[in-house]
Amino acid sequence: MIALLTRDLRLAVRAGGGFGLGLAFFLIVSSLVPFGVGPEAEVLARIAPGILWVGALLACLLSLDRIFQLDFEDGSLDLLATAPIPMEGTVAVKALAHWITTGLPLVVAAPVFGALMNLPQPGYVWIFVTLLIGTPALSMIGAFGAALTVGLKRGGLLLSLLVLPLYIPTLIFGAEAATRGIEGFENTTPLLMLAAITLAAVALLPFAAAAALRINLR
Amino acid sequence: MELNVTDLTVSRGGVPVLEGLTFTLRGGEVLVLRGPNGSGKTTLLRTVAGLQPPMAGEISLPPEAIAYGAHADGLKGTLSVAENLAFWARVHGGQDIEPALKNFNLLGLRHRAAQNLSAGQKRRLGLARLLVTGRAIWLLDEPTVSLDAASVGLFADAVRTHVAAGGAALIATHIDLGLEAEIFDVGPYKADPDLPARTPTPFDEAFA
Repeated sequence: MIALLTRDLRLAVRAGGGFGLGLAFFLIVSSLVPFGVGPEAEVLARIAPGILWVGALLACLLSLDRIFQLDFEDGSLDLLATAPIPMEGTVAVKALAHWITTGLPLVVAAPVFGALMNLPQPGYVWIFVTLLIGTPALSMIGAFGAALTVGLKRGGLLLSLLVLPLYIPTLIFGAEAATRGIEGFENTTPLLMLAAITLAAVALLPFAAAAALRINLR
Repeated sequence: MELNVTDLTVSRGGVPVLEGLTFTLRGGEVLVLRGPNGSGKTTLLRTVAGLQPPMAGEISLPPEAIAYGAHADGLKGTLSVAENLAFWARVHGGQDIEPALKNFNLLGLRHRAAQNLSAGQKRRLGLARLLVTGRAIWLLDEPTVSLDAASVGLFADAVRTHVAAGGAALIATHIDLGLEAEIFDVGPYKADPDLPARTPTPFDEAFA
């Protein structure tokens, strides 16, 4: 499984691997919003956590279809299915690789990009914390969606339609926890809910995604 | 080490392709599948490999015995020859890749990115993967496509070595590999096209 993780990470940073694509997209979204809503500092500060969360979510979506599609097309997925790694392990490792190459850079960059939107000072910590807790769920749910749509030509759009509604709970609790944290309110409950969604996704979805992959490989 | 297939029916897209297949493959044997295009050789191999469920009948084989070689080689273009092979070796428990590189004459290409290989070189790398899996039963689908005569010879040697070491191979091919092999013609097992496709499952009915 370590072999699979290192291979996926290596592929992501080689030419055409798409590493940094999500990050660049996130930066563009964060810098477009001030142009759209105007330069009023108070307005930007109020919407900043929500915009950062939506931006991170969309950036995450961008690279989802690569999780399994490329391996499906070149036959690696067939070979992985007959390899000693259980399919559930393959799914979990590939979701982890996706998180490391897409989710983690977003988590680290979000406080920096927050400056573009006049994010209040306590927000730097809260955006970092909530994204750190929430983005693994985005990768895992996305891997499940990618497993469902793997055999389809141009499945990327369908994948987005399938996955975005499933992202709603993560978005609600993530943005809520960040906003409350910034305003100085108690935010333990949304944080715990966010963590619960992530843990449930990581615990359950590898099995669902592996089942979907097995059907798609037939 | 024995692969037993009993009264097997394999299907593609829910339609039976081959039915009543019964054969046994023991260690030290090579079985060559023959049949025209579209006769179901690939479907049979994928079913035996466990990639799709049989429609009827049974396949019994020891666990973790299968190495499947498909039309696609599962290579990553941006990884080098050695990296591609080392990945599959690590997945299968860390066999040494040097003998595999040597047997398929890939030593000189080891640092070349797989995307810069010719079709035949890619195929050789795909076949070298079989050696690093350490698996006993090779299931090969048209392994000699795009190989030149010398490379076919390398491949036949690899199969001979594998079989001499107690392994077995089930190979779908149209050419004569010069191996001591039994021929299994799938033609007579062609499924009756008028057969009712399949009994609908509750799942199908729910979405009919």
